[in-house]
Amino acid sequence: MTDDNILEIRNVTKKFPGVTALSNISFNVKRGEIHGLCGENGAGKSTLMKILSGVHPSDSYEGEVIFDNEQLNFQSTAIKEAIERGIAIVYQELVLVPEMTVGENIFLGREPINSKGAINWHKLYSETDKILKRYNLKIPFAAKISSLGVGKQQLVVIAKALSENAKILILDEPTSALTESEVDVLMEILERLRNEGMTCIYITHKLDEFFRITDTMTIMRDGTLVDTVRTKDLNHEKIIAMMVGREMTERYPAREATPGDVVLEARGITVPDPVLPHKNCVDNVSFSVRRGEILGVAGLMGAGRTELVTTLFGEYGKNFEGTISIDGETVGIHSASSAMNAGISLVPEDRKLHGLVLMQSILKNISLPNMNKFAERFSINQNKEFYECNETAKKLSVKCHSIHVPVNTLSGGNQQKVVIAKCIMTAPKVLILDEPTRGIDVGAKYEIYKLMNTLTAQGVAIIMVSSELPEVLGMSDRILVMHEGKCTGIIPNDENATQERIMTLATGVEVLHS
Amino acid sequence: MTANITELIQNFVQENKGKIADSIRANFRTYTMIIALVLIWILFGILTDGVFFTPRNLSNLVRQMILIAILAIGMVPVIVTGNIDLSVGSVVGFISVIVAYCQFFIFPDILAGAFPAWQAQTTFMGVETSMNGVLSTFLSIIVALIVGLVVGLWQGSLIAYLRIPAFIVTLGGYLGFKGGILLVSGGRTIGPVENTLKSLGQGYVPKTLGLILAILVVACIFAITLYSRKQKFKYGFEKYPLSKDIFKAGVISSVVLFYVLYVANGYEGIQIPVLLMVIILLIFHYITNNTKFGRYIYALGGNQEATRLSGINTQKVVFKVFVLMGILCALCGVVLTGYVGMGTTTGGAYYELFTIAACVIGGTSLMGGEGAVAGAVVGALVIGSLNNGMDILGWTTSKQWVVQGLVLILAVFVDVQSKRKGKS
Repeated sequence: MTDDNILEIRNVTKKFPGVTALSNISFNVKRGEIHGLCGENGAGKSTLMKILSGVHPSDSYEGEVIFDNEQLNFQSTAIKEAIERGIAIVYQELVLVPEMTVGENIFLGREPINSKGAINWHKLYSETDKILKRYNLKIPFAAKISSLGVGKQQLVVIAKALSENAKILILDEPTSALTESEVDVLMEILERLRNEGMTCIYITHKLDEFFRITDTMTIMRDGTLVDTVRTKDLNHEKIIAMMVGREMTERYPAREATPGDVVLEARGITVPDPVLPHKNCVDNVSFSVRRGEILGVAGLMGAGRTELVTTLFGEYGKNFEGTISIDGETVGIHSASSAMNAGISLVPEDRKLHGLVLMQSILKNISLPNMNKFAERFSINQNKEFYECNETAKKLSVKCHSIHVPVNTLSGGNQQKVVIAKCIMTAPKVLILDEPTRGIDVGAKYEIYKLMNTLTAQGVAIIMVSSELPEVLGMSDRILVMHEGKCTGIIPNDENATQERIMTLATGVEVLHS
Repeated sequence: MTANITELIQNFVQENKGKIADSIRANFRTYTMIIALVLIWILFGILTDGVFFTPRNLSNLVRQMILIAILAIGMVPVIVTGNIDLSVGSVVGFISVIVAYCQFFIFPDILAGAFPAWQAQTTFMGVETSMNGVLSTFLSIIVALIVGLVVGLWQGSLIAYLRIPAFIVTLGGYLGFKGGILLVSGGRTIGPVENTLKSLGQGYVPKTLGLILAILVVACIFAITLYSRKQKFKYGFEKYPLSKDIFKAGVISSVVLFYVLYVANGYEGIQIPVLLMVIILLIFHYITNNTKFGRYIYALGGNQEATRLSGINTQKVVFKVFVLMGILCALCGVVLTGYVGMGTTTGGAYYELFTIAACVIGGTSLMGGEGAVAGAVVGALVIGSLNNGMDILGWTTSKQWVVQGLVLILAVFVDVQSKRKGKS
């Protein structure tokens, strides 16, 4: 053990019944570096992090983990012990109590108490304020978590981890819900922490972030370690090749766009903000989509993209202004069922909350919006239902040994395919995809892209909301950019469409008038 | 030849080993419940020197649990949608006194005035009565159903459309309808009621008719099994071994035959309320498994938002569930009045608690999304068996309540444990 390394992982192998999640992993993390950990879903990153955070006790795996010159030896599940040792993990899911304040959350479980045994609120909040000021986080210490945006909540989680005297900070996809500017804030904080000597392990699916922030990268694939390399010796293509084990000539499947007639036309869509009385979260947005076309919707978080598409689906503001017409005929859309009758289908942003009944089978999830297909007068034709749902699941290559398994046993990518399956079975004219590839691995992403191309080839119009600019540029025929509820431009995806150009529109620096 | 057969069997076992284990794991809840029931029966059989197993006692046992079973059948959809109904006991009692009031105070005078010729004594389906008596019973049932429907519409619309939590609405109903019982009855016991109404609670199906029914039911079970196999083959998948389907049909048939031949016909015959319960069970089993409405109940219990975004009117589903519950309360009210022979102020007391307990013991999750009506009937049988067995042993009500409370907690404990094991 050299003192340079804060963490040494030596020949770690972890087996679950039937699967080897990690096989013979060894790498070192140097003191004071930001170490990127990269791999597809299922590569073993989460398992490795669970070993570090004390979820898996030391006798449940082979090999050894040396942290800060001492071997980790957790007897049983020892999350609290790991925190005391100085290992802090910021999980992908936000782990805050929404109804409590920032201070209460930061000190949850270790509230300072006075001599009478009651909570010393004064100390709690002054400590909180100190922590927030130290990292220059502009968050009021007594604000309720539920009143903060996702980005600020993420920063609170990090502040909480830092306040626990962490020696190593592990960030598991910290930016998946953040806007560009929030990501900037996070990166600044991480750089400052690095300068102060803090070590970070950074896990993400966004490759650009590795180049932006990490010093070293470890790439994993299928439970094995591919390599640990200095980040500056890498590029996108090399990383992807290492992750998936094959050279990807292109990250987006080629598409030949032959858009047909206009299928959906929205005029002057204006949606009042549900909370702020004098603000519109969507303000006079007009656009159209053609048959077989992919319209990308770009914008920063809070620009009103999700609000716009859920309004088209009849599930946001019920009293919005403007008209929606399908095939030239104005349709009244005021609920999900009326939108589906009009031929609009939505793959929602949060598949677990809005897309799936997690405890139910793939079959029941796919058939849920399609019951009218299978329902006869007094019964469901369950044979027909099984047959057709099975065909659809196969077509979308949902990986499962039977469509009777509950969807909560599937990986994120496969769950997303189930949501798409249930939507396309309704044979929509317009398919809205809200962040279709969030939190899923590269391989599944690619399959979803190919599926989008198949659908457009069949004449379906697609509206795709995405926070990832490369995805918007890689897949769209035209791009609608939003900024603070307004449409700042609809541009064709030609050589002039670049990330920089979209960013100038999304930040409102430039506004195009059509 | 024999070598071939052993080889075949070995192959079959080899191929199906995983599948059998899987199916046991998937149906763990159902099996533990049935095993628990059988163990309780054996225990009481031994403790009571076989008195427990006499047809007379088993018939009584079934009679005691029948109202709870009917209510539990309606309560399963309520709980599966993530709601609760605390008012069922009060509503049953309320409808029961209304039925008794109508029969005792209102219909006799009106009918005697309207149809004096129909006052003469006759027999109707083996019951001593008059034509006006039959009419009075018929009208009482209509009144009960209307009241049950109105209660369901009232509570259902408050819960589904005005979004007042079901716990609060039905807690209000619990208190309100308890008050209603006293208002209608004036604190008195009302009765006796007509013989025809009594027979709905106390009557029996003639033994020969019961036998014919049993044979018909068994024939139906096998016919349906074979028909659904044929339908499956049409689509060319799911080739279950025939033996498995036949075995399943055989088990259900033997339960039917055991009840009819031993329990019912060994005593006085099939009880009318049991027949009613079985019909309701079949209807609700069918609704929950084979209709769109049933699918929506489970989907919205699992994830209401996702169900709504799938274009389903979730409010309407919840509303309908409470309307059905109201109608079942009405039927129970009628049967209760018939069984007691009069309307009492304590009718239906504590039914809501035993009903919810039956659902939970029968595998319904209070978190919503999970549960089966047949399971709830088995749950009601478990509660009924405990009551009955402890009655024979001469245990006091106080002891019985303690035991029942512990059993309820134990059932949920086992469920939670089995789920935890399934996950890790």
